[in-house]
Amino acid sequence: MQFSEQWLRSLCNPALDSDALCHLLTMAGLEVEEVEPVAPFFTGVVVAQIVSFEKHPNADKLRVCMVDIGTGTLQQIVCGAPNVVAGMKAPCATVGAKLPGFEIKAAKLRGVESFGMMCSADELGMTQAHDGLLVLPEDAQVGTDIRDCLSLDDRKITIKLTPNRADCLSLAGIARELAALTDTPLILPAVSAVAPTHDMRRVVALDAPEACPRYVGRIVSNVNPDAATPVWMKQRLERCGVRSISAVVDITNYVMLELGQPMHAFDNDKLSGAVHVRMPKAGDSLKLLHGQSIEPAADMLLIADDARALALAGVMGGDDSGVTGETRNVFLESAFFQPDAIVGRARVLGFSSDASHRFERGVDFELPRTAMERATSLLLEICGGQAGPVVETVVAEALPQRTAVSVRPSRVRRVLGIEVSDADMRATFERLGMSVTALDDKFSVTPPSYRFDIAIEEDLIEEVARVVGYDNIPAVAPVAGISMLALPEDSQSPHRVRRAVAARDYQEVISYAFVEEAWESDFAGNSDPARLANPIASQLAVMRSSLIGGLVGVLGSNLRHRAERVRVFEIGRCFSKDAAGAPVAGYDQPVRIAALAWGPAASEQWGQTTRKVDFYDIKADVEALLGTQASFEATIHPALHPGRSARVMLDGAVVGVVGELHPAWVQKYDLGSAPVLFEIEFAAIVKRRLPTHTDVVKQPAVKRDIALVVPNGVSAAQLREVLQSAANTLVRSIDVFDVYSGKGLEPETRSVALRLVLQHTERTLEDAEIDQVVKAMIAAAGEKLGAYLRV
Amino acid sequence: MQVGTVFFLQTGSVVSALVSNFDQILSEAQAAFATAANAPALEQAKARFLGKSGSITELLKGLGKLDPDARRTAGAEINQCKTAVEAALEARRDALRSAQLENQLRAEALDVTLPGRGLGSGGVHPVNRILERFETLFRSIGFEVADGPEIEGDWHNFTALNTPENHPARSMHDTFYLQDAPGVLLRTHTSPVQIRTMQAHAAKYKDADMPELRVIAPGRVYRVDSDATHSPMFHQVEGLWIGEDISFAGLKGVIIDFLKRFFETDELQVRFRPSFFPFTEPSAEIDFAFMSGPNKGKWLEIAGCGMVHPNVLSNGGIDAQKYTGFAFGMGLDRLTMLRYGINDLRLFFENDLRFLTQFKD
Repeated sequence: MQFSEQWLRSLCNPALDSDALCHLLTMAGLEVEEVEPVAPFFTGVVVAQIVSFEKHPNADKLRVCMVDIGTGTLQQIVCGAPNVVAGMKAPCATVGAKLPGFEIKAAKLRGVESFGMMCSADELGMTQAHDGLLVLPEDAQVGTDIRDCLSLDDRKITIKLTPNRADCLSLAGIARELAALTDTPLILPAVSAVAPTHDMRRVVALDAPEACPRYVGRIVSNVNPDAATPVWMKQRLERCGVRSISAVVDITNYVMLELGQPMHAFDNDKLSGAVHVRMPKAGDSLKLLHGQSIEPAADMLLIADDARALALAGVMGGDDSGVTGETRNVFLESAFFQPDAIVGRARVLGFSSDASHRFERGVDFELPRTAMERATSLLLEICGGQAGPVVETVVAEALPQRTAVSVRPSRVRRVLGIEVSDADMRATFERLGMSVTALDDKFSVTPPSYRFDIAIEEDLIEEVARVVGYDNIPAVAPVAGISMLALPEDSQSPHRVRRAVAARDYQEVISYAFVEEAWESDFAGNSDPARLANPIASQLAVMRSSLIGGLVGVLGSNLRHRAERVRVFEIGRCFSKDAAGAPVAGYDQPVRIAALAWGPAASEQWGQTTRKVDFYDIKADVEALLGTQASFEATIHPALHPGRSARVMLDGAVVGVVGELHPAWVQKYDLGSAPVLFEIEFAAIVKRRLPTHTDVVKQPAVKRDIALVVPNGVSAAQLREVLQSAANTLVRSIDVFDVYSGKGLEPETRSVALRLVLQHTERTLEDAEIDQVVKAMIAAAGEKLGAYLRV
Repeated sequence: MQVGTVFFLQTGSVVSALVSNFDQILSEAQAAFATAANAPALEQAKARFLGKSGSITELLKGLGKLDPDARRTAGAEINQCKTAVEAALEARRDALRSAQLENQLRAEALDVTLPGRGLGSGGVHPVNRILERFETLFRSIGFEVADGPEIEGDWHNFTALNTPENHPARSMHDTFYLQDAPGVLLRTHTSPVQIRTMQAHAAKYKDADMPELRVIAPGRVYRVDSDATHSPMFHQVEGLWIGEDISFAGLKGVIIDFLKRFFETDELQVRFRPSFFPFTEPSAEIDFAFMSGPNKGKWLEIAGCGMVHPNVLSNGGIDAQKYTGFAFGMGLDRLTMLRYGINDLRLFFENDLRFLTQFKD
């Protein structure tokens, strides 16, 4: 809400300068967002009257004016403005005046002497730019400083109100708050009942009393349609950010800004019969003031007459029932609409209005009559006319109730952690307009009708905190029993994993959890991804069930930046539809880790031959992350090259996949060459084995190297497994140290060289027993896999 | 051996003429050794003096012809000469050895300024760097880290957090909803983890005295918003402390302590400004200002916080009369931006390696 500081100070004027006032409001929860002076600093500009003028002898567009600036001597001033009229009043910067950016001196303009400058609004740095001189009211006193005449030493203050403080959406509301905070008197405009001078009235039927329990209406007849809004009112409206429209509309807006009551003015001649406040009926339609035509939804409260819908209650008037330049008879509306009956309606229609903004947050339900009297007296004063009787229709039981709330001073002190006396608390509540009754160990506090946010004890605790000032609550280190945090040794923190992956030359990235649908089918084979109902863009419409798409996307965008080597990883949640999902039914949401490497295995360097990163480089990373327990099996995965991908097994369960990107995707996503990547369940990586140990064997170990020729279909893991099962306890390890295929071997075979390490725990081994077991292992490999010793 | 050799010598005539050559032999040997440029040449030179027919060996052979007295005298002198020649030989050997080592070392010298070989090291995303630090600071005062789902139900995300049915935050303008799944959404804040954590804590201590609950819950959150200062996905971290005697003063204490430790300066002003959130009361926005540096004196919003609303405690299964608590929520991305002087939030999610790699250790 934007308002004029001077207007506020006319209602409550604490001894604080502007900065202190703004700080106080901010620290009371009425956050000051912006403060803007209505005019920049300048001096020496006064109200002047152009007594006479003649054409400049040497210039067509200039005029030589004789100007009264209140000194008793007329000043000759050359002026180029097109709107010069004899007798008009306008600001004059006298000789010596300091204007934004320059100083006024006596000068000769095309040979004619000029002692000062007549000013436009623009030249004074005021925002509303007009062509020509700023025309001042006829009653402006010649010689008066223009800053006083136009009250330019004012500021426009914008406060950001939280939704619970609708009571501060008016000057009176802010002043009331200021008065409570500073214990300064509050001076609201005196409002007295305007006696009716005729008896025209409209019957009001409250057909939906739960939505509108109070409606105050009044006919003011014979108003002058040509009456102008007084300058002071226009100025206040402008400084509150409200555009002047016509005297009648301006008055309703003024009352809304002043007291907080949104009002509406109908052209009484366009209404027929009674006024109905009702829910829509079939066939209702309405063209709103700003031109939008609507068919009101079932929950949109309407103002109607006997014939048709007139206005969207509490939101906006209708286009053809409001006041116009011809309106002579006005029907004024001042009503209370329940927040629940208004909230969200304007938003559904795609706009918001000052009225809906207030009604959906809560307007004082005791205010309509006061506002009606205030508006009536302003209307009679400015536009003339005759007021009819006030017709107030109320369904009392449907009005909001203000029930007493109990607050325990001891609880206030405990929650806030401050010492504040019972008496100070009571005074605080009373200053905020609440009525207080002291009971045994608590107060019973009843909030005023304009507060919609006081219903429980905590609401009152907050009021005490606000008025005491959050700054005056000490910062205290809480006292708590100390106990150690449980950090199980068999799991590691995500950050440790992150650091470990980074240490293997991967850069962490964070990509969106919503992805392109194509990624889901290409990289996860997922044709039924979890889909957003309202994505921000069509390419961000489905939830990822795999991190691979994101990493390929990151690779692509960095390749466009000409990256030569890309190694990235991400840890994040993936999402898929799953009837058994928990904790949110219907969705599985595991955290995964994925990494991708593309380009040279090592960054460009002098010391080793450049080669592309390959499957085994990345497999080594997986092995390092998972420990020695992981095993690998060839697999088929939608994202990966079918001959270069493996699923990762841990404790018998599949925990992830590692492999080279499928050539089809390398081509489709224009990657040049294939990245190698892995994706693994994060839970599998976080889990660590508790170490165990066996005694170190002191007996010498014996090494035997054998090379076995195996058919191409036999994997190293199969071979190892067969050898292992044929081995006895003497065989400590079996490791592949070379793989060869080509010349000297039968086609479709390869030679796998293995190093066997044998050891007895208590004695030196004898050749015979070594030969025996090695022979048995080779025999088993021959029998089960068709392997034979290479010679 | 020299001593033994002397004992074997028999009587014979004096060879005084040879004896007088001892000095000459020594200088000849020294000269010969010095000209030997390498180990084989030195061994050859050695043979001239100490070999089977070397001059000193010949002298020793002649001793046998001397009478015992002369033999004793001459033997001692020959041995003296032999020792001197051997010393000269050894000295030359040492010299050659060290010269050879010198050469080897010179030949083996590397350009140690060439870069090391093999993999380099990567880095952690700046936001997670800050998260790690955040967790370390809060762990140090006993906060555990909690986690929760990102696809959430509207009860946990809104209703349990005291946010009414018609609240604007629930609209599709602000919140991502899942298609064909009424009430299922992407969490808009980390606060639903509060509810889940409270429920688990309350259930765990159902029949016993409930100890304090101190958790932080970091994670990704989602809102329908995208411009220079808003991303549809961003990071928050939630803090929650519930106990029998937790007050607003304590909230201020913890937050101010955190900000000073996090930014590693006491030159900070912190203010708590009344605000409104459905899930806390009293509520506050936290602003802070540096007292030096480029942002000096400028109030920067850093977090929202407050005393947990009694409805929220109840929804979490906690007795709102017996226990009080505070909660706060901070934007991790914003903390990261302030810490490292980053101006554009979008950089965190564009994943340009030229940006990200600047945050390596």
